[in-house]
Amino acid sequence: MIRLEKRPTPSKAWTYATPVLAVALTMLAGGLMFALLGKNPFLAIKTIFYDPILGEFAFYYRGQLLVKAGPLILIAIGLAMGFKAGIWNIGAEGQYIMGAICGAAVGLAFYPAEHWYIFPLMVIAGALGGLLWAMIPAILKVKFHTNEILVSLLLVYVAEQLLAAMALGALRNPDATGFPGSRNLQQYPAASNPELWAGTGIHYGVVAALIAVIFAYILLSRHLTGFHIQLAGQSPKAARFGGVNPTMLVVFCMGLSGALAGLAGLFEVTGPAGQIAINFNSGYGFTAIIVAFLGRLHPIGILLAGLLMALTYIGGEAAQATLQIPAAAIQAFQGMLLFFLLGVDVLSNYKIKRVKEGVA
Amino acid sequence: MTELLSVQGLTKAYPGVVANDDVSFDIAEGEIHALLGENGAGKSTLVKMIYGLVKPDSGTMRLRGQAFAPPEPRAARANGVAMVFQHFSLFEALTVAENVGLGMENPPALSQLSREIREVSHAYGLPLDPRRLVGELSAGERQRVEIVRCLLQDPKLLIMDEPTSVLTPQEVEILFATLNKLKAEGTSILYISHKLEEIRALCDGATILRRGKHVASCDPREKSAAELAELMVGEALQVPDRAPSEPGEVILQVAGLTSTNVATFGTKLQNIGFEVRAGEILGIGGVAGNGQDELLSALSGETMGSPETVRFRGKTVGHLPPNARRRLGMLTAPEERLGHAAAPDMSLTENGILSGWQRQELTSAGFLKWGAAKRFAEQIITAFDVRTPGAHVAARALSGGNLQKFVIGREILQRPELLVVNQPTWGVDASAAAAIRQALLDLASNGTAVIVISQDLDELREVSDRFAALNAGHLSAPKPTRGLSMEQIGLMLGGAHDMDVADTGGAHHIKEAYEEGHP
Repeated sequence: MIRLEKRPTPSKAWTYATPVLAVALTMLAGGLMFALLGKNPFLAIKTIFYDPILGEFAFYYRGQLLVKAGPLILIAIGLAMGFKAGIWNIGAEGQYIMGAICGAAVGLAFYPAEHWYIFPLMVIAGALGGLLWAMIPAILKVKFHTNEILVSLLLVYVAEQLLAAMALGALRNPDATGFPGSRNLQQYPAASNPELWAGTGIHYGVVAALIAVIFAYILLSRHLTGFHIQLAGQSPKAARFGGVNPTMLVVFCMGLSGALAGLAGLFEVTGPAGQIAINFNSGYGFTAIIVAFLGRLHPIGILLAGLLMALTYIGGEAAQATLQIPAAAIQAFQGMLLFFLLGVDVLSNYKIKRVKEGVA
Repeated sequence: MTELLSVQGLTKAYPGVVANDDVSFDIAEGEIHALLGENGAGKSTLVKMIYGLVKPDSGTMRLRGQAFAPPEPRAARANGVAMVFQHFSLFEALTVAENVGLGMENPPALSQLSREIREVSHAYGLPLDPRRLVGELSAGERQRVEIVRCLLQDPKLLIMDEPTSVLTPQEVEILFATLNKLKAEGTSILYISHKLEEIRALCDGATILRRGKHVASCDPREKSAAELAELMVGEALQVPDRAPSEPGEVILQVAGLTSTNVATFGTKLQNIGFEVRAGEILGIGGVAGNGQDELLSALSGETMGSPETVRFRGKTVGHLPPNARRRLGMLTAPEERLGHAAAPDMSLTENGILSGWQRQELTSAGFLKWGAAKRFAEQIITAFDVRTPGAHVAARALSGGNLQKFVIGREILQRPELLVVNQPTWGVDASAAAAIRQALLDLASNGTAVIVISQDLDELREVSDRFAALNAGHLSAPKPTRGLSMEQIGLMLGGAHDMDVADTGGAHHIKEAYEEGHP
């Protein structure tokens, strides 16, 4: 019989080893699944993990990788701060939309003027849009003890309605002869977020994501605020004893995660998406929750998890296109990755002990 | 006398520790048998095996000559073994009768059960109203519910795990009268405690455990408390001493402190007032749940009120949050070590930062100085003999006593001008407890004002200059500890809470009746 025994202190070695182990287990189980589907498992796994980075057509995929990973990482970093403190902002998708709407609105208000300060103003507006949208659940929680999970989640649907209203109404392109959607910001240089180096997929949003990773890393490991965030999440009573003000913490964490989600929305609408449209949002705000947990709420972990997540999306699409692997199998494969990552996590906190029968 | 229970060679090992190693002892019918030992000596594991909660690795038990190996508590109860746990398992939102019914195999109708509870509880001098909500009862009354629940099953062997730790001296007297009455009726009692005077007053025989081993058996009435302590600890204990000092200026003044809102079943502080001087130790006694936590949190700043309720060196601080008070020199150590005084999953270094970052200057411009923080934690570990591999270890990995030394040491090394500690030695072994008390005495000798909140009256008599009792949120006027008898302390603790004290007469009555019948 096998028994789990709690380690007195979490194992450092296993904390680093478990993600690698999980990826290996996913390849094994996924390969088995692809084999049962009659596909060559080695080819399938190569298509998903290897081709997008180093394969023949990698020049196309590589850019896609950062375009997808950027917003995921940027949003997940903000969410992780709150999650570490025990504040559950589930509504990043809504804050992402509001950031895009507010930022785009500022840019469109200047159209067609060309000034250097337009884009910076849009960035500020985007961050503020997300921040203020996140302040609604934060203030309701602080003042009336509402549940921030529910309020932030429900506000996603409100934001989606607003998005549709904007695409059809106030922000609609007056020159588009009735088609929904705003002007394309990529074609308005003062307000566009172009690819900075051709073929890399790096735009200002990717740069912002990297800055956020560094900022979060320093905040959590070196700064008193980061210490208080972790303290509040692990032991609320000890945090109060340590002088952490719960109200300030809720406002700070919700505000930060809202602002970063808003920024992600702004960079998306000015860059890869290009315009405010009814179907502008594509679930980054929800996927970022998974990325945050895959990365163990650690900034470097989130960076890697965001890249890995983007890779399975892009590699998965490639496998569908080139090997005719069904979309459901790709989703199952991604599910396996999550399953194994969270499953083997138990090893960093527990030891596996073999127990002889009859003694226990 | 015939043997009721005979235990032979019981052994139980947990990973890394042998909780019981070849333990044997006998309990006679109608005997009150003490199981004596420090925390972690293996008392609880031993009785859990008798009660069927834990299976022994090896060894046998015989109950009235029959082999006895209860696979679960139900089987033990069916054989007449009942147990009152140290921590009550009661539902606060249910009535006494409902709680009793929940613990029975086939409870009778509620009306009949209520009648039985009333009869049994009166017969044994433990009056209980079956209709009251448990949430409204005092700790002593809650214990009665547990005892009555056992008595309704007509036990042959009653196991009691540290029953007096939550009782006032008067309540202890009631309990002892009840136990003596049970004994007179032929019920055997296995009594777990580390309070030596109690055992000497009550028990007929004693089995002493040390580190899982049975080290001695004796008749506790023939041994002195010091002899018993030596058997229990394995070495002679140091009694704390202090240099006498004159109390200095007034450091803390509390006036008209009344809590505005408290948690469900919490206790509201009622117009509390007192002062503490430099170099003085004020002891605050009382059974847990009478407002201790609320008082500590009002002094630490976790609960804030109007400014003038708390004055520190004449300055109003009642409205200040914890860190502002720490800057002034008001430090506190809460009762709950894991989860309140320390974060379980954080390292000792991080737990040092928790309350020490300001006074130890562990930050600069908001950035943590990890090197200095580690040195601070190591300084605590060395100065207070905290047994741990190092400062990187998570707080949850430390034993209760070691973590307590760390928590108290953390505050003392910050050179407080006022230190408030709640239950400083709760669950701490005897030698560590002596070290903590000595540290508190030394602190006071150096001119710090100290408040010790504790349930352990012996401890308060040992360390405090003045004594006050906290009861149902009221604080009695502090009196000099020297010359205060246990009787007087008991009356102070009873205070306004007349429900408990009123029954003392009845207990005396039972006690006398018993003594007459059985000289």
